[in-house]
Amino acid sequence: MNTKRKAEEIVRYETPTRINHWIVAISFVLLALSGLALFHPALFWLTNLFGGGSWTRILHPLIGIVMVIAFALLGAKMWHENAMQPRDWQWLRQIKDLVNNREDALPEVGKYNAGQKLIFYTIILCLIGLLLSGIVIWRAYFAVYFSVELIRFASLLHAFCGIVLICAIIIHIYAAIWVKGSVRAMTRGTVSYGWAWKHHRAWFREVTKGQQK
Amino acid sequence: MALQSLDIIRRSATTLPEPQARGAHAGQVAKLIDVSKCIGCKACQVACMEWNDLRDEIGSCTGHYDNPPDLSDQSWTLMRFAEYENPKGDLEWLIRKDGCMHCADPGCLKACPSPGAIVQYANGIVDFHEENCIGCGYCVTGCPFNIPRISKKDNKAYKCTLCSDRVSVGLEPACVKTCPTGAITFGSKEDMQQHAAERIEDLKSRGFAQAGLYDPMGVGGTHVMYVLQHADQPQLYSGLPANPKISAIVGLWKGISKPLGLLAIFATAAVGFLHYIGIGPNETDEQDEEAARRELKNELEKTP
Ligand code: HEM
Ligand code: SF4
Repeated sequence: MNTKRKAEEIVRYETPTRINHWIVAISFVLLALSGLALFHPALFWLTNLFGGGSWTRILHPLIGIVMVIAFALLGAKMWHENAMQPRDWQWLRQIKDLVNNREDALPEVGKYNAGQKLIFYTIILCLIGLLLSGIVIWRAYFAVYFSVELIRFASLLHAFCGIVLICAIIIHIYAAIWVKGSVRAMTRGTVSYGWAWKHHRAWFREVTKGQQK
Repeated sequence: MALQSLDIIRRSATTLPEPQARGAHAGQVAKLIDVSKCIGCKACQVACMEWNDLRDEIGSCTGHYDNPPDLSDQSWTLMRFAEYENPKGDLEWLIRKDGCMHCADPGCLKACPSPGAIVQYANGIVDFHEENCIGCGYCVTGCPFNIPRISKKDNKAYKCTLCSDRVSVGLEPACVKTCPTGAITFGSKEDMQQHAAERIEDLKSRGFAQAGLYDPMGVGGTHVMYVLQHADQPQLYSGLPANPKISAIVGLWKGISKPLGLLAIFATAAVGFLHYIGIGPNETDEQDEEAARRELKNELEKTP
């Protein structure tokens, strides 16, 4: 690879967006570990990572607030690029082509493909569910304001949304590992022309058009 | 205390059996509270404070006899006074000593996420081991009787211990010892059921046709039982639940959702792993880069 090739890169995420993303990512990991520690006895040992059971109980909801705020900023920035379009539904119908690495058979993709968009909405729904139910079950400050029936329901909802979110993020992380060249978009902020052309052709055309002006 | 009593039949958030060589061969214990004999003197409340060294904050009068107004981390038992006008038009003062019921199937223990914060002894007593408590309040969520209270000072959960410290050395609970009318008795559950049966017979002969024992089976029976004049309407006694059981939602949350949740997480990760092994990564190769470059060049020529 010569230096000229290296220059052939497209900026996908500016530095502030990348920092924001990693705040969300790190707080998610901490939340998943501390939440799972309380979810299942077999995972209670994870509380050791946070300084014991009580510290886990104290820290978890606070980190939750950090994640919600950080994701709200990230989500607001990405909101418009995630609107579902007619071609996205066709893309979803051909999901088999995707998992079998026959991407050329799929409709063109903008900045995000339909799978990414669905993950985006799943995260939003889960975070709303987690925030609302999390406040209801937050014993130290808020639980006294709610009936025990509501607290019971919120406990179940919180665990459910937590599990769904963890599964969604596993898919998200796997996609980044599977589609080579993606991780760099969030670490260095750039992707290669070929990557953009292959995976997000409509977006590639859009941004390269802009570049020539 | 911890586990060295060797009679732990259940321990919160654990998956293996606990030391339980010592059984309750003389039978499980029970406290019987005969509401019809209670005069509301609150000597039991005082005895509880004394034995356990508890002092609740001095509150203010809330317009009824309940004092303090509710259970708290410092008040593990409380007389609840209800005025009931019976169908004959007479006033009945139903005074119920509220506190932990020591369920055979305790909702608090089921809900607690912290190993060993709640235990159940062979004799049936349900006890909190505060050194393991993390203050999450799940026990409050799980309890069908609204009993545990989290201290604002130390964020630990507290409730009646049935004087497990006294009982373990052969003494009756402090409230039992002090009750001046004999409304509270303590012994083996069997003896208490027998005693209750005699009391109920007596009450029936005095015109309380619905007198009966409160030992709700929805929670597997309790180790604190009531003799009620109106056993058909437990709600009359300051909202004693007619059919208490661990809420179905708590059952779902603490039951099937745990293995299913972990399974979902592992399955998602496993599918990803197998996909990578089986189908492999999605790579951008030199052809793609070439195609991108070609398209860019065409684009450039089109837009001079
Ligand atoms: C949005 C803000 C959030 C708040 C306010 C919040 C609050 C809480 C609270 C109060 C608890 C009870 C234990 C404790 O007091 O620490 C809890 C448990 C839990 N949280 Fe969160 N949380 C939030 C976000 C999350 C996220 C993003 C996840 C998943 C990645 C998550 C997963 C869990 C799990 C699995 C549990 C254990 C549930 C159980 O015991 O069944 N939470 N959360
Ligand atoms: S507050 Fe303490 S006793 Fe109650 S459920 Fe949480 S850890 Fe268990």
